[in-house]
Amino acid sequence: MKEELKIRVVKGPDGVEFEVEPLRDYYCEAAPTVMPGAYIKIVEDMFNWARSESIWILGFGTGCGAIEMRPLMTPRFDAYRYGVQWRPTPRQANLFVISGYLSTKTLKRAIRAYEQMQSPKYVIGLGSCTINGGMYWDSYNTIKRLDDYLPVDLYIAGCMPRPEALLAGFMDMKKLIRAGRGEGANLYAENFEWYKANQKRVIHDWDMPDYNW
Amino acid sequence: MTQHAPFFTPDRSQYPTQKDDGTLDIDLASGKYLKLWQGPNHPGITGNMSVELTVCGDEVVEGKTHVGYLHRGFEKLMERRTFIQCFPIVCRICVPEPDFNEYCYAAAVEELAGIQSPVRSDWIRTLILEMGRINSYLMYLGGQAGALGLGIIGQWTTYVRDLMLDRFEELTGARIYHMFILPGGVRDGLPEGFDARMEETLREIERTLKDVYDVMFCNAVFKKRTVGLAVIDPALLESYGVTGPNARAAGVAKDVRKDQPYLVYPELNFEPVIGHDSDIYTRADVRRRDLLVSVDLIRQILDKMPRSGPLMATVPNVLHWKIPRGETYIRGECSRGEYGYYLVTDGSGYPRRVNVRGPSYTHAMALLERLIVNINIADVASLMVSLHTYPPEIER
Amino acid sequence: MRELHTRLGKLFPLGELTEQRTNLAFVSVPQEHLRALLLHLRDREGFTHLVLLTAVDWLEEGQFQLTYLLADRKNARDIGLRVMIPRDGATMQSIHELWPTAATYQRELREMFGIDFPGSPRVEEDFILEGWRDIPPYRRDFDTLKFAVENYSQRPGRETHDPATHMKQQLYPGEN
Repeated sequence: MKEELKIRVVKGPDGVEFEVEPLRDYYCEAAPTVMPGAYIKIVEDMFNWARSESIWILGFGTGCGAIEMRPLMTPRFDAYRYGVQWRPTPRQANLFVISGYLSTKTLKRAIRAYEQMQSPKYVIGLGSCTINGGMYWDSYNTIKRLDDYLPVDLYIAGCMPRPEALLAGFMDMKKLIRAGRGEGANLYAENFEWYKANQKRVIHDWDMPDYNW
Repeated sequence: MTQHAPFFTPDRSQYPTQKDDGTLDIDLASGKYLKLWQGPNHPGITGNMSVELTVCGDEVVEGKTHVGYLHRGFEKLMERRTFIQCFPIVCRICVPEPDFNEYCYAAAVEELAGIQSPVRSDWIRTLILEMGRINSYLMYLGGQAGALGLGIIGQWTTYVRDLMLDRFEELTGARIYHMFILPGGVRDGLPEGFDARMEETLREIERTLKDVYDVMFCNAVFKKRTVGLAVIDPALLESYGVTGPNARAAGVAKDVRKDQPYLVYPELNFEPVIGHDSDIYTRADVRRRDLLVSVDLIRQILDKMPRSGPLMATVPNVLHWKIPRGETYIRGECSRGEYGYYLVTDGSGYPRRVNVRGPSYTHAMALLERLIVNINIADVASLMVSLHTYPPEIER
Repeated sequence: MRELHTRLGKLFPLGELTEQRTNLAFVSVPQEHLRALLLHLRDREGFTHLVLLTAVDWLEEGQFQLTYLLADRKNARDIGLRVMIPRDGATMQSIHELWPTAATYQRELREMFGIDFPGSPRVEEDFILEGWRDIPPYRRDFDTLKFAVENYSQRPGRETHDPATHMKQQLYPGEN
């Protein structure tokens, strides 16, 4: 465990010493909860319509697929016209595009970033390596199957997928959301134990709280 | 080297002192210092890596580079693939400029197997490498401007880079990973009408670069924030293994294309671009001018290139291809510096060991950690981009 | 290169010179003379640029080969120094005072091959891997496929063929 996560005694500005247990004191312990839809269908449909029209992507390039994001932001492909845009922080984003293979070290950061995003949130797996390992099927450091660790709504196959494929993927994502099938965050909350068990099987030095948001 | 007078002298009396073993005496509990992680999820980072900053006020007192987020273990994977099966995976090592992996790997295999690649394929290889260099520099210019808030440059350069990707696509069939240069030669010749379309693209690039020069390099804000910042002392170049534009900006004409010419560079007419001030501005300027050199080189290549002849040398049956015991090192000048492959064979059908020497390996680790000290937090992104580091080639 | 080798041979006990190209040669050096030779090459012969430092695992012979590749830009030549060290309890002296970048290479070798470099800065810290509990992955006796199958869940339905054997079986059944 890291030095800064260990239990320690801290002296406050008023001279009083007290004990700090970072994992318990600095993070919220509450597990994620399932968010039910609105009671009236038409309201939920309107929410879904609004959600589908404002897909904000977390700008975290986890793998090589991130290089095709840049053309999407520029006038030639221009994803902004579909309401798709990139945000620098997880707090402002609702779509996490896992752009390619995830090494175990990045998986740890990806899980934290995903958990910090606000519900409802969606995950797109980009590239063959998120689907079944792709080129790195025998590598000792990359995960082979993303949906064991994060609830994936959509996969875009290819190595690497063209910007047009990404645009088509975003269009499909919109359809899913509008049909009310973008339930990744609820799936994650329902099967929280299972996801955590999978994650901990791969990440050996688990030195963070189970759910930190 | 011109010395720029600082606007003010920061009060550094609170800064940590050195301990006996050379490390800094940083006591986080004292409240004087703050630990700040830049990356991996951060807009001001070049790719998926992170820098652990310890700051005092808004100045960095210590920076540690952390890599490994993109490690896939290529060097291990290649040990269990035959020589031809290694060829499609090597380009994945470096995303923005994958062709150097293909070239260095192919050249290393050819040398150990005693194969001579045909002359025409050498010309096409040179063409592809120069096209890749242009791509990489265009991305760099966008990133360097973006790190200082000039978003428009990124829009322009990404647009012309897309045009160049179109040329790649008609030549190789792929935008990013081309898988074109394989041991023995190249896959195909130039398509019909390629020269004319290439000329059009090159003109567009030159036009854009003129605008970039006006908007970025003559911009007062850009100048104020980059001139005189993060100077690499020319005396450090050798001990820190600095190569490529970073070294050329310090006034040393280090260019593998001239020092140890490979492929058809001896037949091309060019001079390495040199800067003098070795700061961020000079490094950006050296790359801009180097880009124009590459544009000129592509014109020369298309002009002098033989249009007929074989594209592939005779290669033994790839399934029974065994290469006798030996070791070699092949280097090339990529847009960031010296790219090299160290290949060891042991007489079997698989490489014994492959080691990839990416220029970022030295630039992003030891050099960055040295330069980052006493830099403002706001300038860290600019400094990192100016060294032009790509994390995947550090950790492979 | 030959001339350089004879000149150096008078000062250091060197092995045979392997001339790979006219401007690239490899030579074996005993472990204890490496540091002096590196200093000599750097300060007297103009090999100022440490291109790379890496290791090769000769599992059958029970040895690691460390390769120090130095470049002399003025004369456009490279020399690779091969140092053989025993595989068990592999240790090597650190050269980070000669080239600060060597510290990075040594960190990687320590993590990926398990070769220790006492005194090298931050050599104990994690470099690329995080929470690694197996044997160092670049060693020849580490099987990456076995590790991947055991540790990561695979998608059912995917057929995987070992690239090394599959094509041969397809095209030349019966041969190995």
